Amino acid sequence: MLLLALPLGWFVVIYLASLVLLLITSFWSIDAFTTEIVQVWNLDNFQTILTNETYRTIIFRTVWMAARVTLIDAAIAFPFAYFMARVASRRTQTLLFAAVLLPLWASYLARLYSWILILNHSGVLNWSMQSIGLPAPNIGYSETAMLVVFCYIWLPFMIIPTYAAMERVPESLIEAAHDLGARGWRTTLDVVLPLAMPGVVAGSIFTFSLTLGDYITPILIGPGTSFIGNVVYSNIGIANNVPFAAALATVPVAIMAVYLLVARRLGAFEAL
Amino acid sequence: MSTATLQGAVSDRREGLALRLQGIRKSYGHVIAADGIDLEVREGEFFTLLGPSGSGKTTLLRLIAGFERPDSGRIELGGRDVTTLPPNARETNTVFQDYALFPHMSVADNIGYGLKVKGVPRGRRRERVGRALKMVRLEGLEHRRPNQLSGGQRQRVALARAVINEPEVLLLDEPLGALDLKLRQEMQIELKNIQKEVGITFVYVTHDQEEALTMSDRMAVMAGGRLQQIGPPIEVYEQPANEFVAGFIGISNVLDRDGKRLVVRPEKLLLLEESEPAEPGMSVEPGVVEQVVYVGMITRFTVRLDHGELLVAVRQNMHAPGRAQGFEGRRVRLAWSPDHAYVLKTGTTGEEK
Repeated sequence: MLLLALPLGWFVVIYLASLVLLLITSFWSIDAFTTEIVQVWNLDNFQTILTNETYRTIIFRTVWMAARVTLIDAAIAFPFAYFMARVASRRTQTLLFAAVLLPLWASYLARLYSWILILNHSGVLNWSMQSIGLPAPNIGYSETAMLVVFCYIWLPFMIIPTYAAMERVPESLIEAAHDLGARGWRTTLDVVLPLAMPGVVAGSIFTFSLTLGDYITPILIGPGTSFIGNVVYSNIGIANNVPFAAALATVPVAIMAVYLLVARRLGAFEAL
Repeated sequence: MSTATLQGAVSDRREGLALRLQGIRKSYGHVIAADGIDLEVREGEFFTLLGPSGSGKTTLLRLIAGFERPDSGRIELGGRDVTTLPPNARETNTVFQDYALFPHMSVADNIGYGLKVKGVPRGRRRERVGRALKMVRLEGLEHRRPNQLSGGQRQRVALARAVINEPEVLLLDEPLGALDLKLRQEMQIELKNIQKEVGITFVYVTHDQEEALTMSDRMAVMAGGRLQQIGPPIEVYEQPANEFVAGFIGISNVLDRDGKRLVVRPEKLLLLEESEPAEPGMSVEPGVVEQVVYVGMITRFTVRLDHGELLVAVRQNMHAPGRAQGFEGRRVRLAWSPDHAYVLKTGTTGEEK
């Protein structure tokens, strides 16, 4: 009990308390001249976020990116996990597992810089496309570059839960479908896909929330457009408006709260 | 399931074999699961494969269903060679040991899945699912999910899901294994009735000798990847082909007399007290009662013959069952009619190990 109480207490204090503090701070404001925090309750920050066109655009852009990353990762992860769980030999399975997990051991920044080297104007992508006579895609520092890199960075988080869910589909169910006349493709669609769905939803929690909160990839890979994380970051560091940063930070928290509720209804937590 | 359509379908077909296996071999590494199996199952027959675990009976079933390919040999269904066909192209359906119901589908969707895959229109499908539900007495549960059903109900869904497709052969892999005794006995009767009603050929795998004896038209006893004996239950019980069959089905009392090996079933041994006379013409041998076990319907006596063999004799508890308890250690005689001593063929012992 004591062993459990210690980390649990730590979790409550550090994590939940800071969330509560975040929420409280978001209802305060700063003095425009002194930039001191004024501890007076008001809804000004939220009003600014909801009414100001710029912030609405940024929120929409962030959510739209997170949604695309999630869908693309799911589309890649499903066949990949299917191959890993149901087709590959034990040996291949181990190799693929290593291939999925290995990038996670390397630094996030190192991986971003290697993507810069791949995608920039004189990078590997342009160079290799041209060398086989195709036009250079030239997607360095663009929206597309960000999408590609986000999909790459969070892909393991989608593959692993999807694989776990697929691995757990009993072989006898697949045999039963074959036995009842279904071919391979039909079986995948009718039996494997619905039973692996909770795993995909569980993976989407990671890809969606991680994209929602990221601010480094947009800075290093993107064309300079801001995401929620970037605005939060600049309000803490540059503008020194912590209450506004706090208010904006509650937006992804709220989005994720709704997302988790939906995910729970889809059985994603049993799949983790 | 409509009795009329199914029986029509069966009688339209030329009377003959539903299933034929020729020289089927299958091994996994060093383990030989099927060692040259030849088998013929007739149309509409309730055929049981009986054997201990590891005897190869489930492998044989999986070979028939198409989940496994034989190393060599030929499988025919209704006269058609299906040896190389995948399960979805074979006219067999399986009732799996763990039922293998689709957990994300309702009872009705589970049962109708085979028809849906075949492209049977929705209206006809619903009608046939309705009849199948009625056949297995699950009306009103069509919207439930499998995890909302009891073990016996799941078993019925699995059966309905397979039977509804009217396969040439229905394969059942220890379908009653997970049920408790009472339910199992009920389901034995019900399964047999359903089989008669729909007229589909059943190939039934079990390790339970009682199940095999009570349900089958014919049965095959398997051990070590080989068929030890094929025949109707009475023949297999009364005239076991070898010592393995004699020992696996029922209690076998094996005696060596005059260079022959004899089997006498316990219910055919008469226990005589010292004063009781034996009927003329009977074989009589003296011995000592070592153990008396009261089993409700009968009392079981273990008797050590002066010849050395340990035999089991049973007596119905018709009169004064309590008196039998006093028999332990007493000298008795065992008597049997020579007609009831079945001579085993020598050199056909079941397992090679």
